[in-house]
Amino acid sequence: MRAASQIAGALLCALAALPMAAAAQDLLIRNARVHTVSERGTLEHADVLVRNGRIAAVGAGLAAAGATVVEAAGRPLTPGLFGGITALGVTEISLEPSTVDNDPPHGDPKGTAVEPRPEFDVTLAFNPESVVIGVNRVEGITFAMVAPGAATGAAVISGQGAVARLDGRVDAIAAPSRTLFANLGAGAAAAGVSRAAQFMLLEQAAREAKPTPQMRDPDFRLLTPTGREVLARYLGGGRIAFSVDRASDIRQVLAFARKQGARPVVIGGAQAWQVADQLAQTKVPVILDPLVDLPDTFDQLGATLENAARLQKAGVRIAFTNLNDGTHNARKVRQTAGIAVAHGLPWDAALAALTANPAEIFGLGTQFGRIAPGYVADLVLWSGDPLEVTTVAEQVWIDGRAQSMRSRQSELRDRYRPGAR
Amino acid sequence: MLTALVVWAAGAQAASDPFPSTYQPAAASPTLIRNATVLDGTGRRLDGADVLMRDGQIVAVGPGLAADGATVVDAQGRWVTPGLIDVHSHLGVYASPGVNAHQDGNEMTDPVTSGVWAEHGLWPQDPGFATALAGGVTTLQILPGSANLIGGRGVTVRNVPATTMQAMKFPDAPHGLKMACGENPKRVYGEKGRAPSTRMGNVAGYRQAFADAQDYRNQHEKYRRELATYEAQADDGKSSRKQGAGKAGPPAPPKRDLRLETLVAAMDGDIRVHIHCYRADEMAVMLDLAREFGFKVAAFHHGVEAYKIADRLAQEGVCGALWADWWGFKMEAYDAVWENIAFVDAPANGCAIVHSDSAEGIQRLNQEAAKAMSRGQRAGLDIPPERAIRWVTSNAARALGIEGKVGTLEPGKLADVVIWNRDPFSVYARADRVYVDGSLRFDRTAPSASPRSDFLLGQPAGGAL
Repeated sequence: MRAASQIAGALLCALAALPMAAAAQDLLIRNARVHTVSERGTLEHADVLVRNGRIAAVGAGLAAAGATVVEAAGRPLTPGLFGGITALGVTEISLEPSTVDNDPPHGDPKGTAVEPRPEFDVTLAFNPESVVIGVNRVEGITFAMVAPGAATGAAVISGQGAVARLDGRVDAIAAPSRTLFANLGAGAAAAGVSRAAQFMLLEQAAREAKPTPQMRDPDFRLLTPTGREVLARYLGGGRIAFSVDRASDIRQVLAFARKQGARPVVIGGAQAWQVADQLAQTKVPVILDPLVDLPDTFDQLGATLENAARLQKAGVRIAFTNLNDGTHNARKVRQTAGIAVAHGLPWDAALAALTANPAEIFGLGTQFGRIAPGYVADLVLWSGDPLEVTTVAEQVWIDGRAQSMRSRQSELRDRYRPGAR
Repeated sequence: MLTALVVWAAGAQAASDPFPSTYQPAAASPTLIRNATVLDGTGRRLDGADVLMRDGQIVAVGPGLAADGATVVDAQGRWVTPGLIDVHSHLGVYASPGVNAHQDGNEMTDPVTSGVWAEHGLWPQDPGFATALAGGVTTLQILPGSANLIGGRGVTVRNVPATTMQAMKFPDAPHGLKMACGENPKRVYGEKGRAPSTRMGNVAGYRQAFADAQDYRNQHEKYRRELATYEAQADDGKSSRKQGAGKAGPPAPPKRDLRLETLVAAMDGDIRVHIHCYRADEMAVMLDLAREFGFKVAAFHHGVEAYKIADRLAQEGVCGALWADWWGFKMEAYDAVWENIAFVDAPANGCAIVHSDSAEGIQRLNQEAAKAMSRGQRAGLDIPPERAIRWVTSNAARALGIEGKVGTLEPGKLADVVIWNRDPFSVYARADRVYVDGSLRFDRTAPSASPRSDFLLGQPAGGAL
């Protein structure tokens, strides 16, 4: 638990460093169906009071002189949603390289060089003004993991990412959420590095990061000096997210992480349900796309729409991501959550997988993802059931500030609306 | 010679399919679905209605129908729609698993490959057919990909488990012709250092191909004229018993060209033209191109900017086959709006279609339609569910040229029917039962009776759709 207290300490430092710009107006949301995602569950006809950007109180009949009052008329209020594993703020147009900043540096274009670069930090390129962020924010997405793209060819380790807050602020990156990303399985195998070679490379990189005194210069063949420092930090209790699907590969990841002292997160995990008990025992979370039910690769032969339900039932902490286009359509995560419910996941667990769970997984669980006193007031008021495809976000607040509900897409809509021209 | 004339007559190819359908409807006992909320695909909603199927056809829809010996299915609280139709799928040609060996959808060796047919790359064991069936899809068009200006012929199939493509092929459905605008062809061929590398090159490529097809058609007409003259002279010679008549011998038929044969059939209206095209300005160019060469565009596919020219599409009777929310993956997909489908649907004679282009999306076309319906309603349009269901049923059938057979629950139509556990315009909706030609092909309560690809046998499969 030492790691947890370090994280909490880091979070406090990060918050202390935030510029206390323009204290948000106090906000009172009245008469909402409040999904607290806490032990208080769902509260009907409840009020939520926000002071200085934080939840001050949740309950019936709250009052606050001078607060902006929003009448919710019984509509659902949830914490802001987590957009999943994305390239938000680091990609505008996927097929336009001049707008894509999440790719790790390329090695030899012929694919012979193997250069893991754990020091690659995608958040340095984060652009809080990206149009893609605005399009997703109006759908209730208030925070998301900004992750490096899959490592080119053989590199296995693709670099570092972190959770960003999506209200356009300059200091958007939540430091405690820093995560190292690695990709294992069919992707790298198709690029010419077999699974056995992938684990060999991981072991070699780890050995360079934590060298024995006997190692001499020629023994350091894989990482740069900076890369060694960075990887050493993650191996010493840091968080490493592994994109991995096949059950046997997940077992290898767990063994590697145990040996190295890292805290793994599984991303994808199409066959994770097959090792659910082991994941639950070792408290390894899974961030999955509940829609994966076809074997796109041989690593996904066990894919099922019940993956989320089975993992949750086994006690695995789950969160959601859209693996199809998780950046532009990060907003689709709430539909995927609803589909998981249609395939056996309890509704409350699905909402938690969009809110409190990802916050917990990325070290932000005491600040984000719940509607409870002391939590950051990232909130969404919905037109109906927040998991329903016919529902829309009617108002989004970040730090208690009402966000504009317009985006580039609503501008286009209004220009071309029938009868508008 | 007459036989040759028929075979060679451009446009007659579709009628004499060398890979004919062997599809046989499965035996189906009469079924009466009782007391459902019915969206019939024509724009009507009937509450508390029954649907009677017999001999593979819809017999009647309405309240209080007599069972008359039919198996009764209680659908109290459930909804019934026509089987869903996807006009844009690559199941079978980009099959799961997506290994190298399964990349059969793009013949990326020439920008004009109108001689290739998707059905020759279609692997019936793609597990995606069964998951699409669980999503209520009973008919789908399998298209070649969009790497080429003219990618080849698409095929419309029934979504039934089969060992051969022919056993899935929708009897007498016209072929589709897949064309592609914009970024994909110019990227694919530009990177190879050959034409097209620009949108200019794209349009020159279509025009030259259709100009060649016009020439080919002229050659055939000339040949038919010469043949007719020759045969008339030969008859003349026989009757007059003159020596030496017809000494020159019969005219030689033009060399057969599979690429141009397809294009001629498209110009003759025997093959439906489906164009992958995102930008409004490019769709307008393609409409002019169609006029220049006298073909009709059945639908623009993807059409992320179709809403910008919704009135023109409606006037010209061209459908927009669209996604609810895909965007941003390339420049021509940048101007997406949620309301695209609803805006294309709005004008009189507007023809909006929800398509998938995806093994995942095809499993829930109903939800994609729901998203578009909801956003359209919020933009002020009157779109009840009985209207929106047309986007995945009758409008899709219209684009494929099979509207006389499927797409609605009108009496006489093929009995392709889905019973949903609830309002299908919901994230929680699931198909309980799916009938094809009146035969129960998917039953959620009996997974073992539902299709399962050969490929998945003996695999560590998930065990649940």
